[in-house]
Amino acid sequence: MATLRDETFSIRSSDDIVKVRQITRELALMQAFSLVDQTKLVTAASELARNTLEHGRGGDVRIQALQEGARRGVRLVFTDQGPGIADLDRALRDGFTTGNGMGLGLSGSKRLVNDFDIQSECGKGTMVTIARWT
Amino acid sequence: MERIPILKMGNFLLVTVQVDMHDRLAMTLQDDLTGRIVKDRAHGVLIDISSLEIVDSFIGRMIGNIASMARVLDAETVVVGMRPAVAITLVELGLSLPGVRTALNVDKGVEMLKESIEDKARGNGHLAG
Repeated sequence: MATLRDETFSIRSSDDIVKVRQITRELALMQAFSLVDQTKLVTAASELARNTLEHGRGGDVRIQALQEGARRGVRLVFTDQGPGIADLDRALRDGFTTGNGMGLGLSGSKRLVNDFDIQSECGKGTMVTIARWT
Repeated sequence: MERIPILKMGNFLLVTVQVDMHDRLAMTLQDDLTGRIVKDRAHGVLIDISSLEIVDSFIGRMIGNIASMARVLDAETVVVGMRPAVAITLVELGLSLPGVRTALNVDKGVEMLKESIEDKARGNGHLAG
């Protein structure tokens, strides 16, 4: 698999969420995603960046543009050293929320991408990986 | 501080969201708009989101909150100009914007608001009679 671009940004404020959206859009455009695919990926990135900020108390995102054979993709890895998620199965269900949101962040983003992976440990933090491919 | 402008159009307020909304800006809009509904005695609010490239659950929730608050203040809300890609994504995300009315563009939104205000006036007439 070839990596065409690889960048890491910190997520510390709501302006950073906007920045993550912009970079994700830029890479999705570079990879010639359709408008709907771009929109889905940017929306998922926005949800997960906000999770990192609000639930993970801030963190980082690594954004990569990838090529695997004829497939072109964009992968995002969100990492935080926050409190972690005690019950991942519950957190991935629609409507589960600890804050004042609607509980669609994780479950909704999962539906918007092709690859989704989450690792979390209580007291250590959370890592969410998503990717969308052409 | 950056703010989203709110324009008065007769009995209605028009909000055109033209920037990539960060969370604080969305919260400010919620506060500004409820204040203006009361101050201008507006009966309807049009939120034009045709410039928005995405609507995530936060922005969706803000739109839903505005519609609920406006309803309590006796004003109807119509969201206009949603892009097709945004609509597809919203539904897949699981966000159906319950209680929020939508129209294709500002003109259709104004028509919708006028009709519902007339309906309301007729309904009140029945009650009085």
